Amino acid sequence: MAEAAESPGDPGTATPRPLFAGLSDISISQDIPVEGEITIPMRSRIREFDSSTLNESVQNTIMRDLKAVGKKFMHVLYPRKSNTLLRDWDLWGPLILCVTLALMLQRGSVDSEKDGGPQFAEVFVIVWFGAVTITLNSKLLGGNISFFQSLCVLGYCILPLTVAMLVCRLVLLAEQGPINFMVRLFVVILMFAWSIVASTAFLADSQPPNRKALAVYPVFLFYFVISWMILTFTP
Amino acid sequence: MATPAAPAGGARNGAGPEWGGFDENIQGGGSAVIDMENMDDTSGSSFEDMGELHQRLREEEVDADAAAAEEEDGEFLGMKGFKGQLSRQVADQMWQAGKRQASRAFSLYANIDILRPYFDVEPAQVQSRLLESMIPIKMVDFPQKIAGELYGPLMLVFTLVAILLHGMKTSDTIIREGTLMGTAIGTCFGYWLGVSSFIYFLAYLCNAQITMLQTLALLGYGLFGHCIVLFVTYNIHLHALFYLFWLLVGGLSTLRMVAVLVSRTVGPTQRLLLCGTLATLHMLFLLYLHFAYHKVVEGILDTLEGPNIPPMQRVPRDIPAALHAVRLPTTVLNATAKAVAVTLQSH
Repeated sequence: MAEAAESPGDPGTATPRPLFAGLSDISISQDIPVEGEITIPMRSRIREFDSSTLNESVQNTIMRDLKAVGKKFMHVLYPRKSNTLLRDWDLWGPLILCVTLALMLQRGSVDSEKDGGPQFAEVFVIVWFGAVTITLNSKLLGGNISFFQSLCVLGYCILPLTVAMLVCRLVLLAEQGPINFMVRLFVVILMFAWSIVASTAFLADSQPPNRKALAVYPVFLFYFVISWMILTFTP
Repeated sequence: MATPAAPAGGARNGAGPEWGGFDENIQGGGSAVIDMENMDDTSGSSFEDMGELHQRLREEEVDADAAAAEEEDGEFLGMKGFKGQLSRQVADQMWQAGKRQASRAFSLYANIDILRPYFDVEPAQVQSRLLESMIPIKMVDFPQKIAGELYGPLMLVFTLVAILLHGMKTSDTIIREGTLMGTAIGTCFGYWLGVSSFIYFLAYLCNAQITMLQTLALLGYGLFGHCIVLFVTYNIHLHALFYLFWLLVGGLSTLRMVAVLVSRTVGPTQRLLLCGTLATLHMLFLLYLHFAYHKVVEGILDTLEGPNIPPMQRVPRDIPAALHAVRLPTTVLNATAKAVAVTLQSH
């Protein structure tokens, strides 16, 4: 053991030996651990994290991600000024919401099967390009929010409108009429207001204080277009 | 003699803590690389140079670390590893050079900071500009001021898209081989960008003093009148009301733009050409938006073509069903032709 420690870099050796000649003399007994952690704080933590998520089962990964998404849903439904959506942003939630909304907004129209296609793509493109445009706008106005954080917040705040879509679908199962329309109108307006309040609670802090209205207006337009698509949906 | 000594002493005393702080900074840092972030404007270099220096210093650090790591590797492997190490170093250097070039190109072209000065507005400014866009000012001798910003026009175009979508939905417009949203966005952005470019080109021909940014801003703010008219008339379906609004509100915003252009152009023929074109396009666009996407046309089309064909159905001509971009102009042209035919026949 002492040989192994001394031989590689021994400066005091007078005789010119080939490098690492002493390594052949090493015998490793069983109770000496030959693996361990290099004690550089940051690096060891990262390596540990990587290997642990790679070796865990798929179910664990999915459940962890779903729990994170669910936690963020709760934050959207009860909007307080918190940093959770901004700090650990992810785009799973917006993807799930967007696909759900687009699927529900497809109309199986009597004209042709082709009409189902554009509806899905339409909603998808509106949501994502609308979010990108709003993000660019808020960055150009001088906001200090990152691109994906803003996408994350805008995507998650579609949750109330998805709930409104579900409610509208259920209400449409009943008989059509003006009362039906009024109920749907009320629900959609309520959820639209909720979406705007939720996204403003998260996004407003990142803007310079005198320009909040300028940043909130495109968000208002964006959710207005989505609400309009939900309200005018007829199966 | 006392007096020069005292201020000198005072200056030294006053600068004592500052100098001490400076010493502390250098000693406490201890890094071989000068921290560029603390250099304010003493260097006098431009923004890009600072960014480049930053990048180069960071890469030098990375290279130093990599070189140190490779030195250790070389000792370990002996002679055989040397050739592998050389090839690795060459590959590494090529990678670094390529990466540097790519990041420089990316930071140059994907830099949205180019647009940042055009979004430097306050809400009060936007409000006042919106109101001013409806008030024509008769000042012909001096060039009238045009605010060169893009936030207001962009938001107005998006608002127009939203209003158009609302109108199309209320009138149950069916668009085959395309989408409502695509048509709305294509129409509005096409008008804003296309007519601005055309007016800029005409202004260039007519020797008018106006830049592309200013035509974009002018036309963008002119859409405010369109937004108001369409918002009102998509909800209140009265023909006479629409014509009244078209003349009044549309006319006011057109007069404002015409006055601005007249103040920036010299010569009667040039003024007539430029302003006539702008006025025609502006007013006709409002007419088109109202008639092409609105329920009012339903009744007229019914009487013309009979009840077989559902109203406002745009049947595309024979086009290859390939690109959405190909479909869109065709549907728009088709709709224009139909709208023009309808307006001609309804009078």
